Amino acid sequence: MSARTDYRHWALSAPALVLFTTFLLAPLIMTLVLSFRHFDFYGGIDDSVSLASYAEVLGDWYFYEIFGRTFAIALATTVLCVLIGAPASYFLNRMRPGFRSVMILIILGPLLISVVVRTLGWAIILGNRGVINTFLMDLGVIEAPIKMMYTSGGIVLALVHVMVPYMVLAVWAALQRQDPATEAAAESLGASPLTIFRRIVLPQAMPGVLSGSLIVFSLSASAFATPAILGGRRVKVVATSVYDEFMNTLNWPLGAAIAILLMVSIVVVMVAWNRLVEARFGRSYA
Amino acid sequence: MAFLELNALTKRFGPVTAVDRISFNVEQGSFVSLLGPSGCGKTTTLQMIAGFENVTSGKITLNGRDLAGVPARHRGLGIVFQSYALFMHMTTAENVSFGLEMRGVPGAERKIRVARALDLVHLSHLSDRYPRTMSGGQRQRVALARALVIEPELLLLDEPLSNLDAKLREEMQLELRRIQREAGVTTLMVTHDQAEALALSDRVVVLEKGQVQQEAAPFDVYETPHTAFVSSFIGKSNTLPATLVSGDASGSIVECAGVRLQAGATPLAAGPVQIAIRPERIEVVDDGAVLTGKVSERVFLGNQWLLTVATPVGNLLVLRRNAGRSEADIGDTVGLAFRRVDLRILASSEAAA
Amino acid sequence: MRRNGPFAIGFMALFALFMLAPIIVVLGVSVTPTGYLEFPPSGLSLRWFRAILDNPDFIDAAINSLKLGVVSATLATLVAVPAAMAIDRRRFHGREALLAFFMSPLMVPTVVLGIAFLRFLTLIGFNGTFSGLAVCHAIIVTPFVLRLVLASLSGLDRAVEKAAVALGASDWTVFRRITMPSILSGIIGGWVLAFITSFDEVTVTIFIVNPSTTTLPVRLFSHIAQTTDPLVASVSAVAILFTVAVMLLVDRIYGLDRLLIGEGAK
Repeated sequence: MSARTDYRHWALSAPALVLFTTFLLAPLIMTLVLSFRHFDFYGGIDDSVSLASYAEVLGDWYFYEIFGRTFAIALATTVLCVLIGAPASYFLNRMRPGFRSVMILIILGPLLISVVVRTLGWAIILGNRGVINTFLMDLGVIEAPIKMMYTSGGIVLALVHVMVPYMVLAVWAALQRQDPATEAAAESLGASPLTIFRRIVLPQAMPGVLSGSLIVFSLSASAFATPAILGGRRVKVVATSVYDEFMNTLNWPLGAAIAILLMVSIVVVMVAWNRLVEARFGRSYA
Repeated sequence: MAFLELNALTKRFGPVTAVDRISFNVEQGSFVSLLGPSGCGKTTTLQMIAGFENVTSGKITLNGRDLAGVPARHRGLGIVFQSYALFMHMTTAENVSFGLEMRGVPGAERKIRVARALDLVHLSHLSDRYPRTMSGGQRQRVALARALVIEPELLLLDEPLSNLDAKLREEMQLELRRIQREAGVTTLMVTHDQAEALALSDRVVVLEKGQVQQEAAPFDVYETPHTAFVSSFIGKSNTLPATLVSGDASGSIVECAGVRLQAGATPLAAGPVQIAIRPERIEVVDDGAVLTGKVSERVFLGNQWLLTVATPVGNLLVLRRNAGRSEADIGDTVGLAFRRVDLRILASSEAAA
Repeated sequence: MRRNGPFAIGFMALFALFMLAPIIVVLGVSVTPTGYLEFPPSGLSLRWFRAILDNPDFIDAAINSLKLGVVSATLATLVAVPAAMAIDRRRFHGREALLAFFMSPLMVPTVVLGIAFLRFLTLIGFNGTFSGLAVCHAIIVTPFVLRLVLASLSGLDRAVEKAAVALGASDWTVFRRITMPSILSGIIGGWVLAFITSFDEVTVTIFIVNPSTTTLPVRLFSHIAQTTDPLVASVSAVAILFTVAVMLLVDRIYGLDRLLIGEGAK
C-alpha cells in the first residue's frame, strides 16, 4: 500500500454509501422520529414530540398479548427448526454426493419461491376443507374438520417450512468445518455411535445451531406474509398489527412505535442469546 | 508368531484392487514404516488394520487375536490421523482424557495418566489450551498423547509429519522416535516420505501398486534394493538398461550401450536387465577410470556438488562431497570409477518405474 | 465416511416430503377442472391457466415484478461490485462498519423497512412510483450481490492481479481484463439471486405500491386475502415454473449449490 493517503476505497464505496445513507439510514431515522410524533384522528400527524404512542402500546394488554404470541410463535418455530434442521444437516453430510445434491435442491430450492406461494400451499393443506381434513374425514378418522387455519399452530408449521432452510445452511456450514476424521478418531478411542454424536458431532455443530437459531428467531418474530395469510384478522402478530396501523387505521406514529419496539425486543433477545452463548462456548469458538 | 501379522491382505473397490495380497509382520516394540507413493494402497492397509475399511480377503492378527469382525472401537489401537482429528471443542487435557473416559477409567486415575501422557510429549504446560490456539507441532503432540494414553497394543501413524513444515518435520522425527521408544509401543507408520521412513523405522515395507516390493531394514532397502522401483523411489539412483553377459555369486559382467562393465553378484540368468548405481558411489578419478565423460551440468548444493556427466552409457548423476576445493566445471572431461559391488543388477521386468 | 442408516433415510424422506408438500399441492390444485380448491385434482384441465388471460391485472403485476427485478438487481449490482472491491481489497478505517452498513437490510425486520420506505417516499412524493419501488428493492437486494461478489473475490489469488500490474497493466485494465472475468460468475450469481429476491419480495413492497405499480406477490396476497379460487394456484404455478426455469439456468452458469450455500462450503 502506497505511502500517500489513498481514498480510492471511499470513491469505490461512494455510490453504495450515498444510496444507503439517503434511502435507508434517513428513512430509518425518520421512522424513529415518527414514532415520537403526536397523532390525532382528525388533525393527523403534527410536529410536537410525544411519548403517547409508546404509552399506548405499553399500557394496553392487547399489545402485550400480540407481542407474547409473536415471540411464542418465533420460539416454537426456532425449536422445531433445530429439531428438524440439525439432524437433517448431519444426515445430509453423510449422504452420497448424488442424493445429496438432490436433497439440497429440495431443502433450499423453496427459498427461491415466494413466501406467498408457499403459504398458499399450506393454506390449501390446512384448511377446513383442505388436504389433511378431507383425507382424514374420507378415512372416517374424524367427523368434523380439525381447525388448523387461523391458529398459531398452523402459522408455526408454515413458518418452519419457510425458516428451516436457514437452519440447515447454518448447521451444515458448521459441520463442513469439522474434520471428518474426528469421528473416526473417537471411534478408535472406543466411543459408541451415540457417544460420538453426543460428544463429538453435536458440540462441533453447536455454533451452527446457535447462529441458525438467531436467524430463524429474528426472521420468525418479524414475519408478515405467513401469519397474515394463515392467521387472518383472528391471529394477529406484531408485523400484521403494524400493517393494520399503517394501512387501515392510518395511525402512523403508533405503527412506528410498535415496529420500533419489535426491533428493540428482537435485538435484546439476540444480545442476551449471544451473551449466553459466549459464556458457554466462547472459550473454544472465540 | 509375530505381534502383528498381515496375511495375504486384499482390498478391492469394484474392479480396482487397491491392496493386493499384502503380507508382512511387525515385531513387538518395533517401529515399522509402510512406504510408497500416493495410491500405492498404504493408507487403505492402515484403514483395514484400524477397522475403518472392510477387508476383502486375507487376515490381520494382532497378538494372536484375529481382528476380523472386531469393530474399530473395540480394537484398542492408538491412531494418529494425518489431519490430527483433534476435538476442537475440547482442551488438550480433555482430548487426551477422552479415550480413558470411554474405557471407564475413574477420574483420579484419568488425571494421573493424562498428566503422564502430556509429560511424555512435553505439553504439560498447555493442558488447558484449545487446539485452535496451538501450532501444528503442538497439535501433533496432542494427537500423539491422545493415542498413547490408552496404552494401545499398536500405534498407527498416518502420514504424521506431512502437515508440518520442513524444519519442524526434522525436529518431530527425532521426537517421534524418542516418544515411541519411551512408550515402548509397537508402531506402524504410513508415509510417502522415504527419508522419514529410513530415519525412523526398524523395518521398512515398500509398497507399489498394492503389492509389497521389499521388506527389510532401512539400510538394506537402501543398499540392496530388490527392484528398479525400490532403487529409484528410495534415494537417488542412476538406472540404465543393460544386458547381463555372465554372472555368479562372485560378480558379473554386463554390457551397456556397447560398453562392458563389471558388476556385483546376481542370481539372474543372462539376458536383459537393469543396472543401478547411486550417485554418491561414483568417484571422479585421474587414474583407473572405468568410464570417461564430459560434465554437462553442475549444481552446487552446499555440502555437495551434483554433476551430470555424459558418458558412453548415458548421462550419470555424480554426487561429490564439497571438500572446499574447486570442482570440475561444465565441459571438462572427467574419469569415473566405482566398486563393482556398487553397480547393482536388477530384473528388467520392473523397468521404468 | 459412514453412511446413513434406515432411521436417517426415513427422516430425510419425510423431511423432503414436508419441504415439497405446499409446492406439490399448489401445482396440483392449479390443474383442477372444478371451481374450487381441491387436492388431489379430480381431473386435468388448463381452465385456470386460461383464466389468467382474462385477468389482466395479474399479467400487469407480473410484468411489473419482472421490470422491478431487472432494474433493482442491476442497480444493486452497479453499487455492490465497486463496494465489494473496496471492502475486499483494501484495509482502511471503517471497513468493518461499512460492510455491516451494506449488509444491514438483512438485519432490520422487513416490516420496519417497509414503513421506513413508506414514510420517506411519501415525504418526497415518490410513494407508489416505480422508481421509488426500484430504489427500495435495490437496497434490500444489495446484500445478496455483495455477499456473492465478496465470496468470489476472496477466492481470487491476489498474485494474479499483481502479475498483471508487473506486466504493465493499469488499474482499470487489471479490473477489466483480470479481476472482472474471474469474478463474473459471482456477479451473475449475485444478480440472479437479487432478481429472484426482488421478484418474491412482499413484506416491504406491500407498503409502497399503488394499484398501478403492484407486483405479482402483492397481487396474489391481496387476492388470497379476499377469495380463494384455483386462479391463485394457477398464477402461483406459473411463478413456480418460472423460478424453476431460472434455477436451471443458474445451475448451468453458476452452480445452484454455490448460489444457495455460498462459496465457503464446497
